[in-house]
Amino acid sequence: MSEDKQSLHDLQHIKKMMEQSSRFISLSGLSGIAAGVCALAGAWFANQKIHCWVKGDCKIDTLIDMGGIALLNELFWIATLTFVGAFISAFFFTYLRSKKNNTPMWGSATIRLFWNTVIPIAVGAVFIVRMMQLGEYELVAPACLVFYGLALVNASKYTLGEIRYLGYGQLSLGLMNCWFTGYGLYFWAMGFGILHIVYGLVMWYKYERV
Amino acid sequence: MMNPIENLNKLFDSRIRLGIMSALMVNESVNFNDLKELLAITDGNLASHLKALEENGIIKVQKGFIGRKTNTTYAVSKLGEKAFKQHIEALEKMIKGTK
Repeated sequence: MSEDKQSLHDLQHIKKMMEQSSRFISLSGLSGIAAGVCALAGAWFANQKIHCWVKGDCKIDTLIDMGGIALLNELFWIATLTFVGAFISAFFFTYLRSKKNNTPMWGSATIRLFWNTVIPIAVGAVFIVRMMQLGEYELVAPACLVFYGLALVNASKYTLGEIRYLGYGQLSLGLMNCWFTGYGLYFWAMGFGILHIVYGLVMWYKYERV
Repeated sequence: MMNPIENLNKLFDSRIRLGIMSALMVNESVNFNDLKELLAITDGNLASHLKALEENGIIKVQKGFIGRKTNTTYAVSKLGEKAFKQHIEALEKMIKGTK
């Protein structure tokens, strides 16, 4: 009887060690929620800006003079701030979790996760910048969603596997958005905002609830 | 029926060695410091277990340098992979056998 229990403990230990040594398991659900909230806030600000310009409350003369550059500039800054905010808050909650679980944050598993996420995102970023240079603004939001989705699917091998489903969600939204151009901001808010929050809540409920 | 305990490998009869083997099975190679952090044990303790596994041909050792610091990495050998899989199967059989 006790040998039976010992075997079970051994197998559990083996599984735990395999996961800890190959996957980055401290990713917190709260990080997802925080990133989602930042994305929604960013989308809201961008929406306000666009409406303000379109309605003409924001010095329409300047917009015409500069051929839309001023609006793009402002949107670019909103996007950058959103990204920085999301990244810092996501990092913060994951840092807390790794402290709490006493698992190291900077192992080789982390480095592997980092590269496998960054490569699709960096390629996507270059691609999107070039698309904007060529004036293809309609496909910017779908491209963001698609490349991010691919990054998540790729990353799922190196962290909690469930992130794969978040990736599938982003991919579906991104592809749908290709045929609903002009609603990019809504798709964007849905993917980066709502999906992140839903994913974060599920993960938090599953792994971190006390 | 064959007694499954016979298939349990004495070499893996320790939590630390199970941990080392688990990490090496799912990674191409792991260096000394990462193993130490993963298992949360002292240098000497880890080194003695690694030595035992190495001497039995279970793991392969590669010594290298990063700058001036030594960087020793460990990987599982063909023999080790087979032996560890058998060990896991034996553990599984023991659980199933008593149900």
